[in-house]
Amino acid sequence: MTELFHEIAGNLRNNKLRTVLTGFAVSWGIFLLICLLGAGNGLMNSFLGNMADYIFQSVSVEGWRTSKPYAGYQEGREIELDESDVTYTEGPRWSPTVGDVTRRTASTGVTFSLDGNTVAGQISGVMPEYKDQEKLKMYAGRFLNPDDLKERRKVVVLSLAQAKELLPKDPDAIVGRWVNAGAVSFRVVGIYHTDESDMYRTCPIPYTAYKVIYDTSDRIESITFTLNGPETRDEYEAFEKEYAGAMRLRHDVAPDDWRGIWIRNGYTDNMEMNDAQRIIRTFLWILGLLTLVSGIVGVSNIMLIAVKERTHEFGIRKAIGASPAEILKLIIAESVTITALFGYIGMFLGMIACQIMDKTVGQEAVDIGITKIQMLVNPTVGLDVALEATILLIVAGTIAGAIPAWKAARVKPIEALRAE
Amino acid sequence: MLIELKGVNKTYDNGQPLHVLKGIDLSIERGEFVSIMGASGSGKSTLLNILGILDNYDTGEYWLDGKLIRDLSEKQAADYRNRMIGFVFQSFNLISFKTAVENVELPLYYQGVSRKKRHEMAMEYLEKLGLTDWASHFPNEMSGGQKQRVAIARALITRPQIILADEPTGALDSKTSVEVMQLLKRLNQEEGITIIVVTHESGVANETDKIIHIKDGIIGEIEENKAHTAWDGTMMK
Repeated sequence: MTELFHEIAGNLRNNKLRTVLTGFAVSWGIFLLICLLGAGNGLMNSFLGNMADYIFQSVSVEGWRTSKPYAGYQEGREIELDESDVTYTEGPRWSPTVGDVTRRTASTGVTFSLDGNTVAGQISGVMPEYKDQEKLKMYAGRFLNPDDLKERRKVVVLSLAQAKELLPKDPDAIVGRWVNAGAVSFRVVGIYHTDESDMYRTCPIPYTAYKVIYDTSDRIESITFTLNGPETRDEYEAFEKEYAGAMRLRHDVAPDDWRGIWIRNGYTDNMEMNDAQRIIRTFLWILGLLTLVSGIVGVSNIMLIAVKERTHEFGIRKAIGASPAEILKLIIAESVTITALFGYIGMFLGMIACQIMDKTVGQEAVDIGITKIQMLVNPTVGLDVALEATILLIVAGTIAGAIPAWKAARVKPIEALRAE
Repeated sequence: MLIELKGVNKTYDNGQPLHVLKGIDLSIERGEFVSIMGASGSGKSTLLNILGILDNYDTGEYWLDGKLIRDLSEKQAADYRNRMIGFVFQSFNLISFKTAVENVELPLYYQGVSRKKRHEMAMEYLEKLGLTDWASHFPNEMSGGQKQRVAIARALITRPQIILADEPTGALDSKTSVEVMQLLKRLNQEEGITIIVVTHESGVANETDKIIHIKDGIIGEIEENKAHTAWDGTMMK
């Protein structure tokens, strides 16, 4: 083995141009592949990240105003959901499909004040799951927790914009302070991020506290629940039709009056996103494999030429006693050495390029009005994928090189010696 | 009997069949210094390639040192070539990207001899041929005569029983040709190596002890030439 290594080292050292040319093809192939996969990952991360802000994986039900007369009632009647609807949704009829059920109260407009500063807000009674349902990102402190609900604590979560209004110098310090909202005081437990649109004026407080302070009735604004089950769009639609029909019947609303009781479907949106993700991933793989194929073709091409060029040399080696197996071993060992060495270099440079991409383009955000989106998020490739791709190229390059090598090994020495 | 050929036939089939060797019978004793002479196309190179197991033959028998050389696998053929035969070619056939000493070492590499050992041996043989100073030079830095001496060192390093030389002086000037032939003669006399030289030059053939004439694929006259009087030319001294 050491002998073979010395033989190869000598051959490569004494054929620098050939070595470098072959190596360049390998390095370039791997470099391109890593860059492509990195940029692809970055695009996908960005796409998914930006999409994810607007996708709700659950189903919400809200009472609106009827648009059709039904069961003796005229159109235009206000529909209100109440606790019995929650109990009904949690009930045995829907339990196989419906997962966790949460509810939210209507909101009450208030003015918060602290140290002489004031800001407007809409207080709404919610459950801890609200944070995930609305994709709120915490800036400081925490969101509401089950204990807040159980003990009906007078706590509130403010948006960052509101916190800045109330405590301009150090908005973070508002966490833990008591703020006044009309006749009531709330302790701030957390601050959530607001996007550029400043849409979120909603200030979540525990659902149970809201029921004590602002609205002692059974009324609720909306019911939100997760689903276990529907795998396809059709299955989901069948469920929605049945559930909506039943809910509307409970409130004497026409079964197809979607304005009477409105269903917000985030579930199939999520399916769509999963589909999009799958398509992007497949596309990336196809592109990656095509790049890899071009790398392999490059390597095998050079191997083919190199082997042909060396036929005479192999003839000499055979005349002085090299068996076909020795020739084959020499060529394959040489090509493995070259592809491994330069593949590693290409992989290394590719990873560096990805890091550069991350530090430059990856930090740039495009303003699309309501918010800013990043074109590339974390455009890098995991070391495992990079190594796999490199190993794949080495293996494929070797197999591709083995075919001309096998031919060269089988040429009769007398024919090989005649070749020039 | 080191080499014995019985009725060896060889036909090349490149489009139309070409009968090159038409029943060759030939015996060469151990320690002989023989030349095979013939015009181009007479089949002398084909005969040498068969003797060197570089090519196979169609019918007949070829016995080398008591072994029938027939239907050998490439691996066996390579092994016989490596251990029993040393080649000297007209165009030297040195590997251009290897130095003189690396070229000489190569046959031992295929015998699995260690690096250190084969380097020592190669240096020893280069010294024998007066090339010590040229050991680390590449072939393109050497003259034709030096290259041929490197090739001879490479042929000798495995201590073969036979040296097959195919027009060994074909690419050399007359002075160098004489030196190379003297070298081969010395190796034959001092080391007792059987040497077979293929040539079309009478002057070269005259240096050998026996001249086998081949014409149109058949062995013709076999001249005993111990006195080296077969040719009265002046090229060789």
